[in-house]
Amino acid sequence: MAEKVLLKGNEAIAEAAILAGCRYFFGYPITPQTEISAYMAKRMPKIGGVFLQAESEISACNMVYGAAAAGARVMTSSSSPGISLKAEAISYIAGADLPAVVVNIMRAGPGLGGIQPSQSDYHQATKGLGHGDYKMIVLAPASVQEIINLTAEAFDLADFYRMPVMILGDGTLGQMMEPVTFELPEGRKLPEKTWATNGTKMEREHNVVNSLYIQPDILEKIVTERNKKYQQIEETETKYEAYRMEDAEYMITAYGSTARIAKNAVDELREQGIKAGLIRPITLWPFPKEAYKQYVGQVKAILSVEMCLGQMVDDVKLAVESKVPVHFYGRWGGNIPYPNEIIEKMKEIVGGIA
Amino acid sequence: MKQVFKKPHALCDVPLHYCPGCTHGIVHRLVAEVIDELGIEGTTIGVAPVGCSVFAYDYFNCDMVEAAHGRAPAVATGIKRTNQDNIVFTYQGDGDLAAIGTAETVHAAARGENITVIFINNAIYGMTGGQMAPTSLPGQITQTSPYGRNTETQGFPIRVSEMLSTLDGPAYIERVAVDCVKNINQAKKAIKKAFTCQVEKKGFSLVEVVSTCPTNWGLSPEEAMKWLQENMLPYYPLGVYCDKL
Repeated sequence: MAEKVLLKGNEAIAEAAILAGCRYFFGYPITPQTEISAYMAKRMPKIGGVFLQAESEISACNMVYGAAAAGARVMTSSSSPGISLKAEAISYIAGADLPAVVVNIMRAGPGLGGIQPSQSDYHQATKGLGHGDYKMIVLAPASVQEIINLTAEAFDLADFYRMPVMILGDGTLGQMMEPVTFELPEGRKLPEKTWATNGTKMEREHNVVNSLYIQPDILEKIVTERNKKYQQIEETETKYEAYRMEDAEYMITAYGSTARIAKNAVDELREQGIKAGLIRPITLWPFPKEAYKQYVGQVKAILSVEMCLGQMVDDVKLAVESKVPVHFYGRWGGNIPYPNEIIEKMKEIVGGIA
Repeated sequence: MKQVFKKPHALCDVPLHYCPGCTHGIVHRLVAEVIDELGIEGTTIGVAPVGCSVFAYDYFNCDMVEAAHGRAPAVATGIKRTNQDNIVFTYQGDGDLAAIGTAETVHAAARGENITVIFINNAIYGMTGGQMAPTSLPGQITQTSPYGRNTETQGFPIRVSEMLSTLDGPAYIERVAVDCVKNINQAKKAIKKAFTCQVEKKGFSLVEVVSTCPTNWGLSPEEAMKWLQENMLPYYPLGVYCDKL
């Protein structure tokens, strides 16, 4: 068995990326994710990789675009306000069908907001944060161990589907330390990057990496083709965890570190005689709609718990097509919900139904 | 019959979309000739900007990447860092390089990023129909300076070559023009030196090419050349601004 080491979430992302073969990292400092850059700055020169601190998040993400175009495994990371700046390049990465991994360790917003944990970038991440019709696979780990597995998976997904993949964590997850092992899951069989702009060697036609199509008919066709890929991903790549759902009458749903808190609430509610369970989406896009649909008729109510004003709750409502009452409880501004707050809210819901 | 003139291999055999009298065609040819002469087409990756030369990816035979507006030096940095033996160049206009992409330009230069920047300065935004550029001259009439560029409210032009040459990062910076045969020959020499600088891993090189935009200047191609000589060259003196080769 692999050795257990104690690691911060942010450092785990960096080390897992390196183990997954990422040798190019372009970053810009911002709290609470700076440890990723610091770790990369230390490690990359030792293993023949590149760490570059760019002049802005805009530049960092455009460097990612360039390195991805050249066929490299490449990553950048930031936190909420910085992700807004990366949105431009992410749209171009999607529009040019390039693989890249972007990490967002969310802090509270809007504007400069605060530096404490938050989940208020859910809409931004899952509904397409830049301009244009595109999607990004969004992975939401809930532990430092899961960060490692999902980071490795993120690179494979990006290469397999030729698209940007986001790891969406929050300040809690980035900053907390947990014992982990680095046994990476077996990777996918990946296609050759025959499209990469790494020099023709005078042996092939020139490759062009581009997202500009002036003719509407051509652009419409390309966007349509890309959408087929998105539909395939929605069918095959959803992931979630169900906890104590077998006989649950009430569902709590939460992702990331909030799901850890919600689990405590589920256990405590069970102690008090309320049959609660948890659905934790691991992919936020594609959203695991089936995870919710299958409990229509079984659960009497759903409570979405988030560190924001309520964003994922919209997707939950769509998933159950309003056939189950969907409630919301959240804390925002950098505060995290406590288990007793969730329990109180659930008792309120149970009382209202009974 | 002996062939005395032919299209450079590095230039694709397609019609260019540029307006009559536009100097992009000349500069494209010079860049392509240099790529041919240095024998670097197979290892060269070009980065096209947003602006009139946005379609440059269809005109150069080497691998090409289209960048977001102003981001070409950052994109080029990303490409170059994956393989230091590849030759990476950007081809950018004044709005792209000296307005929206100022940060990317200055920092690529400051890092001494081993890339080559071909900078087309024609004192106007061409693609969007003739708006004031960061290099538009004081008093110059454009769509967005209809009463002439007023330096009190619209500020002063940026002399990019002079500005960047104050940095320690760049290895070679020269300003040239393509208004006459003599200057075109000099422009070719400068572009070749800039690419050679990169091949020899000497660091950041930039060639500023003072160019015309007859369409948006509202002049005939011939009048445009004259306007360039009388108005642009006094403000943007030709010459070598940095040479560490």
